[in-house]
Amino acid sequence: MKGHIIIDRELCKECHLCIHACKKGLIVPSQEFNSRGYRPVCFKDEQGECTGCTLCAITCPDIAIEVYRD
Amino acid sequence: MKQVFCRPKSMTKNIFHYCAGCGHSIVHRLIAEVIDELGIRGIAIGVPPAGCAVLAYNYLDIDMIEAQHGRGPATATGVKRVLPDRVVFSYQGDGDLAAIGTAESFHAANRGENITVIFINNAVYGMTGGQMAPTSILGQRTTTSPAGRAALLDGHPVRVSEIFSQLPGTAYIERCMVNSPAAILKTRKAIRKAFQCQIDGRGFSLVEILSPCPTNWKMTPIDSCRWIDEVMCKEFPLGVMKDVPAVEQNEGG
Ligand SMILES: Cc1ncc(C[n+]2csc(CCOP(=O)(O)OP(=O)(O)O)c2C)c(N)n1
Ligand code: SF4
Ligand code: SF4
Ligand code: SF4
Repeated sequence: MKGHIIIDRELCKECHLCIHACKKGLIVPSQEFNSRGYRPVCFKDEQGECTGCTLCAITCPDIAIEVYRD
Repeated sequence: MKQVFCRPKSMTKNIFHYCAGCGHSIVHRLIAEVIDELGIRGIAIGVPPAGCAVLAYNYLDIDMIEAQHGRGPATATGVKRVLPDRVVFSYQGDGDLAAIGTAESFHAANRGENITVIFINNAVYGMTGGQMAPTSILGQRTTTSPAGRAALLDGHPVRVSEIFSQLPGTAYIERCMVNSPAAILKTRKAIRKAFQCQIDGRGFSLVEILSPCPTNWKMTPIDSCRWIDEVMCKEFPLGVMKDVPAVEQNEGG
């Protein structure tokens, strides 16, 4: 199954719980700040490995992740 | 592609004021998801506490009525008795429920009020700066137990779910946690069961949720999740403490 996520840069608070939740390691930290002073994480899926399992979104306290699936 | 996860409808677009990795945010979302699922947005009434969740009404897009510190179950009792067709819940921290609001919470449970209590156990007073709560673990360092909580000086952690389970008035009580995707899904199920219990008129329901407070625990969000697994769960065992079938409850009165 193919999936895709969108991370809202302004909602993310850099807690990194989603990084821990994604068993495929598709979410990575970043160095760029958003307008609220956090460094939102990034979705990096060059090989198209995301399954749309929603585990990252379920863990995200700030509802910053939307998940799409085929 | 089809959207399979998004913000629940019963939730406003406001950005949470909670700290990064705070369990309150997760539980707010779960409540909104369950309200959506049960289709009760128009009849749900929430009662936020004094504590970090004092502004819960900014996020849950339903009717809400603020209670004084600890008095959520008394306020919820009044609302439910006047409007018995509504789904009424109080949302309380451990300082709120197990310290200043012990009497109101305990007696609402004992009367078997047909309300739901969402009880956030984060083992500290979050809002006021991480003081020791009745639920702080033995040995836990807080701003008011800098050497660690000692039973002789501070008493033992209060197990609210076990105590309330002993009261004949209570119908459904479960303890869960929100420190992993699997645990979060389980907690959502428990909240759904608690609301359903109220809709079925079975009486008092309570869901205790072991919830991370990374700021006052002085841990990263990930370490906070681990601490719940490794320490908190030992003091506060998870599971359904009480689930009285509807029939038995009716026989009681
Ligand atoms: C009558 C009264 N006494 C004291 C306070 C101060 N106060 C505000 S929140 C709080 C404790 C909150 O702790 P808890 O209920 O555990 O919620 P948390 O912030 O951890 O979610 C206290 C003592 C108050 N608001 N009202
Ligand atoms: S949906 Fe699943 S696979 Fe895709 S990024 Fe989130 S956790 Fe990883
Ligand atoms: S879980 Fe949410 S808030 Fe935390 S880092 Fe991931 S996207 Fe950001
Ligand atoms: S102090 Fe603790 S309970 Fe309060 S918002 Fe921050 S992490 Fe959450």
